Amino acid sequence: MSGISREDVAHLAKLARIEMNDAELDHLAKEMDVILGAVARVQEVAASDVPPTSHPIPVNNIVREDIVRPSLSPEEALSGAPAQSEGRFKVPQILGEE
Amino acid sequence: MTTIRSTAAEMAAALAAGTTTSVELTNAHYAQIEKVDGAVHAFLHLDKEGALAQAEAVDAKRKSGTEMPPLAGVPLALKDLLTQKGVPTTCGSRMLEGWRPPYDSTVVSKLKAAGIVILGKTNMDEFAMGSSTENSAYGPTHNPWDLARIPGGSGGGSAAALAAFEAPLAIGSDTGGSIRQPAAVTGTVGVKPTYGGVSRYGLIAFSSSLDQAGPCARTVLDAALLHEVIAGHDERDSTSINAPVPQVVKAAKKLDVKGMKIGVVKELQGEGFQSGVLSRFHESLDALVSAGAELVEVSCPNFDYALAAYYLIAPSECSSNLARFDSMRYGIRVGDNGERSAEEVMKLTRHEGFGPEVKRRIILGTYALSSGYYDAYYGSAQKVRTLIMRDFNAAFAKVDVLVSPTAPTTAFKIGEQVDDPLAMYLNDIATIPVNLAGIGGMSVPCGLAAEDGLPVGFQIMSPAMRDDLMYQVGGTLEAALLSKWGAPILDKAPVLVGN
Repeated sequence: MSGISREDVAHLAKLARIEMNDAELDHLAKEMDVILGAVARVQEVAASDVPPTSHPIPVNNIVREDIVRPSLSPEEALSGAPAQSEGRFKVPQILGEE
Repeated sequence: MTTIRSTAAEMAAALAAGTTTSVELTNAHYAQIEKVDGAVHAFLHLDKEGALAQAEAVDAKRKSGTEMPPLAGVPLALKDLLTQKGVPTTCGSRMLEGWRPPYDSTVVSKLKAAGIVILGKTNMDEFAMGSSTENSAYGPTHNPWDLARIPGGSGGGSAAALAAFEAPLAIGSDTGGSIRQPAAVTGTVGVKPTYGGVSRYGLIAFSSSLDQAGPCARTVLDAALLHEVIAGHDERDSTSINAPVPQVVKAAKKLDVKGMKIGVVKELQGEGFQSGVLSRFHESLDALVSAGAELVEVSCPNFDYALAAYYLIAPSECSSNLARFDSMRYGIRVGDNGERSAEEVMKLTRHEGFGPEVKRRIILGTYALSSGYYDAYYGSAQKVRTLIMRDFNAAFAKVDVLVSPTAPTTAFKIGEQVDDPLAMYLNDIATIPVNLAGIGGMSVPCGLAAEDGLPVGFQIMSPAMRDDLMYQVGGTLEAALLSKWGAPILDKAPVLVGN
């Protein structure tokens, strides 16, 4: 079932937005192989007639009343920002220059 | 006389009687922290100013004749994954170094309203991922029983603080055993309430369908008193249960299990369990029988698949939850030189900010959720979750509570398992089924293993929203063992001497 290559891990790291060097990719590919080999056991008992459970207690459409209440001030909301400007989060460029 | 070795209930009684003050208690605990925490490293941050201000306010209010909540003025250690306004909250990660949350978690709001004094934030495996506290970016916590050994994880800091008498109460969080396994290996009490029993608002999410905050203490009654402070419905958490809190304090005081049926889980005591752990476990079963309980052997065949299901479900949810650490709104930012794109900065930040175990789980979860593998891995794990819930339901149709050893072994040496993720994951083999089913679980100290003299934990599992049952059994077992031993288990721990 498994057989995770270094390229596979590199693709997953890209999806997860984590920079990884060659040594990290090699190491993780080996570990992933072992871990996936162990957890693949779930397939032995996961028959088609067993419904999946995503959550231990059934909850549906829990909403609270839509009323105005105190919340964070802009200063508080920005207090942990790595960079800010004019009352907003300041972020690196999102679209390329070209 | 009240000392730092007193129980929280005794401290509360002394405060009510006026024989001590909260400021006195708070200072006594800071003195102990000063003395031993260099060796134990249970705390990541102390909030002396805030704690003493709260202590003074509680003392003044009490002096004025105001009736106070039961634990008002008693100090507590808080796991570093719950937000406390203005106080550094790191989750044991570089990613949140220096972050001061702008709001209180619901647990913290309730602690404050109850007059509890929060001494500081305790060490933990990064983002609660681990079983030894070695995954903290700020260095490991040491087990007060043997400083060369781990205090369990992820809440090793909270458990070690209790065992080292640095605090009489602590808060932990339990996703796969992070309250109960540290309690087991430090000779303390730890409770994972029913899922939804305690609000998750302000609890930094690891695996949202499994995470649950809970009380840690040195006695079952102390845990129950703290449980009633933090539990209850919260409209800020949509998974919070809107029902009365089980009467756990009353249950902890019953000290009677006559006529109760206790199910012994066959699958949680065989291979892989240390012999000294099993002998203490069986002695505890005998103690419960002497107290009038009836034992029933119960088989839960799908528990053999719980660990595998957990290590798909938890990483899947973590890979999604930890996407929030994008270096844009809070936390550290790495490599922003004015030229790199947001995505490049994000990747560099997450490379620097996350440790190896967190990266391992994010990658594993990303894989398990990716198209083509989703059904085989995450989907199958969700089905196993159903099967485990069915095992519990069938068992609880026959018995009131289920029991097992909390952890397969006593505390291992720091560094011993750090390079073997699968060996590390096995520490949670007995605690994980409880999280998958969303029921309640508790660990109570049940003695020392003969071969190494280290504490062993006895786990009690109760049906959802019947947390009172595990407190009833836990309180009874604790009292029976105490009368046998003649002194609390922590009296056998070495006395830590400061530098």
